[in-house]
This record gives sequence, C-alpha cells and structure tokens, in this order.
Amino acid sequence: MEKFLNVNIDGIDVIVEEGTSILDAAKKVNIYIPTLCYHEDLCIAGNCRICVVEVIGQRTLAAACATPVSNGMVIKTNSPKVRNARKDLVALLVSEHNTQCTTCYRSTNCELQSLANEFNIDNNRYITLPHADTQIDRSSWSIEKDDSKCVRCQRCVRTCAELQHVNAITVAHRGEHMKISTFMELPLAEVVCVNCGQCVIHCPTAALTERRYFDYIWEAIGDEKKHVIINTAPSVRVAIGETLGYPPGTRVTGKMVTALKKMGFDSVLDTNFTADLTIIEEGTELLHRLRKALLEKEKVALPMITSCSPGWVKFIEHMYPEHLEHLSTCKSPQQMFGALAKTYYAEKMGIDPKDIVCVAAMPCAAKKYEANRPEMKDSGYQDVDAGLTTRELGLMIKQSGLNFAELEDGYFDTLMGKSTGAAVLFGATGGVMEAALRTVYEVVTGRELPFENLNFTPARGLGKIKEATIPLEECKEEWAFLNGIELKVAIAHGLTNARIIMDQVKSGTSPYHFIEIMACPGGCIGGGGQPIPTNDEIRKRRIAAIYAEDEGMPIRKSHENPEIKLLYEEFIPDGPLSKKSHKLLHTHYTKRNRY
Amino acid sequence: MPDRLRKLDMILGSYTNEKYKVLEKTLKRSNEEIIKDLIDSGLKGRGGAGFPTGLKWRLAAAAPGDEKYVICNADEGEPGTFKDREILDCVPRKVLSAMAICGKVIGAKKGYIYLRGEYKFLVPKLQAEIDLFHQVAKQFNLDFKIEIFLGSGAYVCGEETALIQSMEGKRGEPRNKPPFPTQAGFKNMPTVVNNVETLASALMVFKIGPEEFRKLGIQDSHGSKLFSVSGDTPKPGIYDLEFGLSLAEFVEEFGDGDTKAVQVGGASGFCVPRKKFAETTIGYQGGLVGDSLPTGGSMMLFNSSRSMYNVLKNYLDFFAEESCGQCTPCRIGCQQLKIGIDAVKRGIKPPEYLDQLLKLTDTMKITAKCGLGQSVANSFSSIVTNFIEEMIY
Repeated sequence: MEKFLNVNIDGIDVIVEEGTSILDAAKKVNIYIPTLCYHEDLCIAGNCRICVVEVIGQRTLAAACATPVSNGMVIKTNSPKVRNARKDLVALLVSEHNTQCTTCYRSTNCELQSLANEFNIDNNRYITLPHADTQIDRSSWSIEKDDSKCVRCQRCVRTCAELQHVNAITVAHRGEHMKISTFMELPLAEVVCVNCGQCVIHCPTAALTERRYFDYIWEAIGDEKKHVIINTAPSVRVAIGETLGYPPGTRVTGKMVTALKKMGFDSVLDTNFTADLTIIEEGTELLHRLRKALLEKEKVALPMITSCSPGWVKFIEHMYPEHLEHLSTCKSPQQMFGALAKTYYAEKMGIDPKDIVCVAAMPCAAKKYEANRPEMKDSGYQDVDAGLTTRELGLMIKQSGLNFAELEDGYFDTLMGKSTGAAVLFGATGGVMEAALRTVYEVVTGRELPFENLNFTPARGLGKIKEATIPLEECKEEWAFLNGIELKVAIAHGLTNARIIMDQVKSGTSPYHFIEIMACPGGCIGGGGQPIPTNDEIRKRRIAAIYAEDEGMPIRKSHENPEIKLLYEEFIPDGPLSKKSHKLLHTHYTKRNRY
Repeated sequence: MPDRLRKLDMILGSYTNEKYKVLEKTLKRSNEEIIKDLIDSGLKGRGGAGFPTGLKWRLAAAAPGDEKYVICNADEGEPGTFKDREILDCVPRKVLSAMAICGKVIGAKKGYIYLRGEYKFLVPKLQAEIDLFHQVAKQFNLDFKIEIFLGSGAYVCGEETALIQSMEGKRGEPRNKPPFPTQAGFKNMPTVVNNVETLASALMVFKIGPEEFRKLGIQDSHGSKLFSVSGDTPKPGIYDLEFGLSLAEFVEEFGDGDTKAVQVGGASGFCVPRKKFAETTIGYQGGLVGDSLPTGGSMMLFNSSRSMYNVLKNYLDFFAEESCGQCTPCRIGCQQLKIGIDAVKRGIKPPEYLDQLLKLTDTMKITAKCGLGQSVANSFSSIVTNFIEEMIY
C-alpha cells in the first residue's frame, strides 16, 4: 500500500514515500534545512518556523518539518524569500534572548548561537525585549532553569511528556507572557520532577542546564588537607571524548584517567567496581526473593526491579508509591561507592573519612539529587560529596590546560578501581540485566550463560521494551528449586516505557521475575548529563563503544572481580545481604505525592 | 438608499414559528444534491477565511473515519464582531438545522457548538432549543445530537484547529496543517468546523435554492452578509446587507459625516482611508484587500477625532496578548510591532524603523503558523502606510 511521490527540491528530483516531510525529503538529496524546534527524538511541533521553505504555488512559506510532501511539489529551500524570512525569524529570537553569550555555559554549543552566526544577524535589527523579571530557578539539586535564555521551542515540554511521561514542565500563559513553567509555577525542587535531565540534553540553548559543581571540586583539589577521590561511571568514558572534539563512540578511558590524575585527584577510581558489587548484591537479592517465592511460598514482591537509575527511582516514588517493594533495595553503584569510600577505603588507606571528598563523574543529572538524598549518609558523612556530569568533567579537563589528545593511557588506581566487562555494560540499556544474568546463571547452574562470547543479545539494542526467557535446568543442588523454571526478564528505558511495565505490575499482570529500568532513552549513554547533542545515531555509537569496552576486558563476569572478593573477605565477611551489607550497600525508598 | 444597502433580513428573519420545515425538506434529499446546491450557491465561509462551504462538506464526506463531527464555531472573538451572538439568540433553529444537515451529509452523529465563554448567558435559551431539536430529530428519525461546549476566552480558539485542541482538553494552540480538520479534526476524525453565520446562510440556500442565493452579491461573493457596525456612527448595530457595495456607499449610510477611516474585518482586517472609500468594494473580491476579505463582518468607523496611532496600538496590545505564543513570528513579531511604533513615536527609533517593521509584517504574513499571526500584517501595514504622519508625529 506504500505510495511514492515525486517532488523537486532545489531542482533535484526525488522520489519519497507518502507521508515524508519536506525536511526528510531534502535530507535524502543532501540538502540541509536549518531547524530549531525540531529534534529527532520528539514529535513535530513546527513552532519555531526556522525551517520554512518556499512551495511553488503557495502564498505562505511551509515549515519543512511539519509539511508532508505532495506529488509534484516544487520546493525551494534557499531562495531570497526563504533566506530573508529565516534571517528575520532568527533576529526575532535573538531580540527575545538573553544574549550574554560570553557568560553562558552553552556558548559554542548553542543552536541559537549557531543560527545567529550562520545568518549573520545584525544585532540592531529589533529592539531587545525586556526580561527583567526572570529569575534563575536554582532550587533543584540537579537542574537550573533560566527563562531569559528560553526560545520557547517546547523541546523540553515534549521530552518531559513523550519520552518521560512526567510532565514536570509545560507551557504557561500565552502571547507575550508565554513561557515554559511548572505546576503552579512552583520552583523545580517542589514539583514532580525526577531530575533525569532529559530536558537539559534536548534544550537547544542554556535555558535548562545541570547545576554545576566543578568550582567546588577545584577548591577541594587545591585544599591540601582534603583527599579527593573521583569515580567515573561506565558511560562517561565512551562519551566524554565528544566534549573534547572526538567523534561519538570514541573510547578515551585511558586518556581520561591520566587527565584526572594530572588534574590533581588524589585517587582515580572506577564506579565499575561498585557496579560489579551491585551485581553481587542484587543478584543475591533476586535469588533470595525467588527462593522465598518458589520454595518457601512466602509472599514476596516479584518482579524485582533494578534501582541504579535515580531518575527512575524518583519516578516510581512519585507515580507508583504503593509498589516500592518491587524495587531492589540495592543502592546505585554511585552510592555504594560513596559509602565504601568513607569506610572501607578510608580504613585501608588510613585516612580520616572527614577529609575525604568523594566525587562521582556521571552521565546523569539525577545523580546530583541522589547524592544529596538525606538518607545517603551511611558512612557517617555525606557519602558522595558532589556529582559531576560528563559535560562538566569535559569542561574541567579543558580548564586544566592539558593537551588531552597527547596524553598516555593511564590505569585506574587500585582499591576500588578494578572492574570487569560486566560492570561496563551498566552504561547501556540492558546492561545491568546482561551483567546480572552472567553471574546469576553461573551461580545457579555452575555453567556460563549460554550465549556466544557471553553476549546476551536479547538485552541489547534500542527496542522500547526488550524481553527474554532463560530456562534454568540442571541447577546446582542448593538451587534445585529453580529446575525447570523459565526466568522471565524485561528491560525498559525511557520512563514512558517504564510506565508500561509498571502498569502491568500495578494490575498484577506482569509476567516477569526481573526487570531492568533506566530513566533515560538508551540507558546511561543517553543520560541527562551526557554531551549535547544526543540522538539515536549517537546513542548507537556510544553503545557500540560500551560493548567494545566489555570485550576488551580480561574478566567479564562480576563475581570474578578479585577486588570484590577481597572486599567481602576483608570488610563484609558475612557476605551479600548481611547486616553490614545492608547498612552500607542497601537503602530504602520514600512514598511521594503525584503533585 | 442604494439597492445593496436595503436590509435583507434574510439571516435574522423570523424562523421561530416554522417547525423545522427546511430541515425536514432537506433531509429527504440526497447528500450529493445537498452538496451540489451548496457549491452552486457560491456560499463561502462567513467566519473570515472564506473557504467554499460546499467543498468543505464534500471533503469531510469523502474522508474515511469511524466517527465524524460537526462543530459550529461560535467563538466570535474578532474585535467589533457581534453578529453570531444575535443569530444564536434570535434564530438558533437555522443553525441547528444546518448542523443536522451537515451531519447527514458527512456522516456525523454528533455536533458541538463551541460557544464563546462570554456568551454564557445564551446557554439556558440555547439549551432549551437544543432539547426541542432533539425531539424533532427523533420524529424525523435523525440520529444527531448537539452539545454546547463553552470556550474559556482565548481569541486564538476561534482558529479552527486551536478550537479543536481546546475541545480535546489541550492548550488552545493551532495545529500544523495539513492535515486539515476535514481529514483529521476533533479526536483526529473528519470534522467540519463552520461559523454560526455560515450555517445559517447554508440553511438559507436550502430554503430559497442556490439560484436565488446566487443572484445576490457580485462576482464570487454571493448572498448576503451580516455586518456588525460600530465606532463613530449614529446607528451602530447589525445589518444584513448584500455583498458588493462600495465602502463609499456604506459610509454614506452609516457614517457621521466625518468618517476618516473604516476598519474592515476587525483587528485582523484592513484599515481603509477616506481617499480609498470609492474604490473599495466589500466582498471577497474587494480591490484593496486582495485575495480575501478577512472579515467576519466587523465594520468599525473612525472620525477625525480619533488617533490612528492609538487605534493601531490598541490592536497590537490585543495581538501581543492573544497570540498563543507558540510560533516565533507571531509571539515576538507582535511584541516588536507594539514596542516598535511606540519607540518611533517617542523618537527613540527613527521614522525609517517603520520600514523595518513593515518588512517584519511581510515575514509574519508568510511564516506564522496560523491565520492570527499571518493577519496582524493587515491592520499594521494598512494603518501605517495610510496614516504614516500620525505614527511619527
């Protein structure tokens, strides 16, 4: 039933499927039409009008993103009429904008700035519109909102609604007073916002940015009394290169480690260490719940759902507060790291924990909030002192004056620096599931996960909800009750997909035993703290880099990490889920309102 | 009194005693006959844009859809327009009948009257009429229900896609077109959105026949039109006039002897100065207004005591406030025009800045997402070019 249409764009004939937009048809013949409110991840808004083109025979110009081609259409994308109109539109946006670019965090990575540059906007064309009453909302631990830099493209609104189904931000008022705001125009910290930061990576300007902490960290590094340690999340190493001029998907792990050491961090450690630890604790917890449900016939919450993604955790706290028992009680790798840094690490290194500054480099905005949760003080101090995004860390490397490209590869320091290929998988959607199954399957059956090269392919890729069934047979004696059980798992990324999963749980129809949920589309590689832009093409490249990191590791199963074994021997002798483990590595959740 | 100024009394003529005779008669005819009559009559939309009504019904009839809807646009928000209110108050049965006929033609079982929030006082009477209509429909074996939907006071919701958004409980913002409502309107189903007067006029076509209807008016502007006359006139009110009269004839009849300008079509329409009264004809073919008469029938007269700067400032305040704010040219353009004329008047910007603003209205005309942003240029450019000295001094 597919129908094909003939159109002519700038003199080039092109055949496209019915329903194709002018923008996509032009892309097919390598014609670039500038856009602003358009984003590959989102539905079409057609409100900035930058992409207008001339359709011969029509009185008005057509928005290329929002107009489907029709047969025989003749389109001009770069006529004087089009150029003048676009230039005028950009000039209007500039007149509404806080143009203090020199002081702006997004300077040189701002879509309005690029457009203004491309169209060579005459600064004095229109009167600068006053935005005297705009105040920067710095109430949230994670996100800053500066309306004076907003272009009203509504990308954030569409992101929050379509990708995340949170609707923390939406359009308020109309006409000259129209702005992006929150419920009752309350500060971000007081509304139902999960801090995922997806609005930040979809914002074309600096209207929405992460709250920045790097100055505080430079101060700490400069303070000789402080012992500053940094741990870097798996997805940072495959994305930070983008902030330093490398193409998406470039692995710069070794250079990053060297840079951090040269910048003066006292110890450069790896969040992957606690990712491995999460697998041990969470895998044990899953088996514990399965034993209770299947063998002891006790009432226990299944499916069990992962808890590493703080955006997801806050989402379920707000949206499904009556189902929190499904969440694994395991802390996220960041918080396990913080709790151990100021106990185990401090003890072994002989450092007073009050002098330790624990910094986490994360792909995430929500991690900043997580670090500041009141319950995250199990070491006796605030476990994690500051969370940095990939973007902030990239900027710090630039600020340090290092020639990043020329740096030798370095290695993470020992004691909480060793990790496995399984841990690095945490960076991509499906990764926690894959890592967990590599361990759980082997613990239960004594055999390796039966997939070629350990690659659990059903968990991979950008499918909205991925499912798999793993038959458990010939289990070890201790796990004999699992014989014949088909372990059903699911993976969701993006909170709109999480909602589908949770609605099943809520209605009691969820067929799964174990579910991985990540707040951000693509998982952490697409997190709200990652380099801008992020789109599916870039997500795929970062994911490919994650899998390459995994395959490049000598050990690829969490339970074989020698430092993890040492940790249990020396520090948590009673093993996973023991009292000490519960104190430091597990947490509890808070029921929250939906308003 | 010139011939075309006679009060036709066609639309507001009494209908209350007729028990839905035209409806009964028309329902017996085939859909194709009904559409053909409408097309032959030359009836065009009376809300402002002037889209051929018969064609709109035909498109919706041909569009596939499990459900279809008829919406009567009674959001009458154009400054200086007040005729739809009178139609719904005095002759609601004409409107209800035409909605039902449209429903039969396109295959809709549900109709809505999107009533301007400020017209809430009409509801009890109108609802009583709708209840009566439902009884009549039962007698006619007609499966068609009508419901009133009250708007919340946004001007832009008179734009048909914004109106639909508002009915769906969303923010009243115009949609991207295509798809047009006849393909995907209310609840994404084929929908006819017709202005109140359009529906009343359609019923007149069915009553007197397309030939008689077509005899009225000139060129491609057929039938009569309700004009809301206001401003500096000794006889403000609603007048049912034939299309095609010149503005000179109109001012002769309604002016106070000192008329310096007439704003045709409300804030989104054109301002015609005295020297152009004779050459300006009221109708879709009007010389000055180019390809369409952007009027719901608003005729505002201004005499020499009025400052055209203040008139324009007032319109621009209105647009800057009433723009939905989603698209760049309308949201920022309206603000720039508003502060721009103020800056020129105060001498902050040189008079040449008005040329920059005129270019801006050209941009708005071709880039704004909906008719609101596109038509701001009309009043701006016609007032600024015709009364430039009042803008500067």
